[in-house]
Amino acid sequence: MLNYIWLSLIILAVVLGGINGKIEGVTKSAIDAASNSVTLAIGLIGVMALWMGIMKIAEDSGLVMLLARLIAPVLRWLFPDVPPDHPAMGSMLMNIAANALGLSNAATPLGLKAMEDLNKLNKFPGVATNAMCTFLTINTAGVQLIPATMVSLMASAGSTNPTAIIGTTFAATVISLVAGLAAVKLLERLPIFAVAGVPLKEEGS
Amino acid sequence: MIQYVINLVSVWAIPVFLLAIPLHGAVRGVKVYESFVEGAKEGFQVGVRIIPYLVAILVAVGMLRGAGGIDLLAHWLDPAMKWLGIPAEILPLAIMRPLSGSGSLGIVTELVKTHGPDSFIGRVAASAYASTETTFYVLAVYFGAVGIKKARHAVVAGLFADIVSLFAAVFVCRLVFRP
Repeated sequence: MLNYIWLSLIILAVVLGGINGKIEGVTKSAIDAASNSVTLAIGLIGVMALWMGIMKIAEDSGLVMLLARLIAPVLRWLFPDVPPDHPAMGSMLMNIAANALGLSNAATPLGLKAMEDLNKLNKFPGVATNAMCTFLTINTAGVQLIPATMVSLMASAGSTNPTAIIGTTFAATVISLVAGLAAVKLLERLPIFAVAGVPLKEEGS
Repeated sequence: MIQYVINLVSVWAIPVFLLAIPLHGAVRGVKVYESFVEGAKEGFQVGVRIIPYLVAILVAVGMLRGAGGIDLLAHWLDPAMKWLGIPAEILPLAIMRPLSGSGSLGIVTELVKTHGPDSFIGRVAASAYASTETTFYVLAVYFGAVGIKKARHAVVAGLFADIVSLFAAVFVCRLVFRP
């Protein structure tokens, strides 16, 4: 899937750049984007280390487990392949909470921690599991309680009621979460999205 | 009042997290400093591991932006979107949103400034931005962190959720703000 999308983006860019007479802009953007990606990734390292350290404490103290157990029934339905007492449940919950509260700095590292935990259950290296796809959908469609960035944008633009968008945002995310979950649960059954690959040997063998 | 609460949460949430977790750990007898360092070690590897995935996605998206492709796509999709009830002003934002976080933040800031923060367009734009995600970036970073190359149905499901978010934001704003 990503193979096709990636190639389409590049073909589209070069063809449109040629037609628009912006082919030099295409070159410049490609080079800039490549070096920016590294700056971005390196910049993430510090925050990532911070949250991964905090999460390790939360794991060792049993807090992650405690959180996971609180909403276990919902999580069990969403992620039937993940054992209810697996650390992935706790880290996913922390990421979803950080996202809902608009804490984007914390949300990404917590999400990556969750992906690492989920990957420990992955028998096909390099292939996404059903739980990973469901988690990513919750992440992209996730419920937003406090759209902090937009509220502050509205306030700084001189709005008389900057929080007016909270209700509309919340409603829109609830609709898209329901639609996204329906889509992801339906799509995972389709044969074209079936897992194809070489399974890892059972642990211990 | 609402704004005061939101401000409070935004300002206090992270310090509270940073205090509460080690405190709870210490009460439970965890050697907090040692645990923290042990966990933090992973941060570097993850940062390095996502680089190839980020380069792949950001270069492709950057090239499309550099080619003026976003505006052109918006132009082509305009009649269809108008028919579906999406305001024409929102369209470039809708196309940019799943591709680039900084690009779409620029567009929404521009829309809010030009039309005013209390205008219908400004509110739709802000609601649409807040209710969607930079899906391609999330895919690259999250899957990159664990070396996933086959994303299976995550791309389709994520983009579908983004499109639903956009339509839902416009629909809900129409109900609430009545242009």
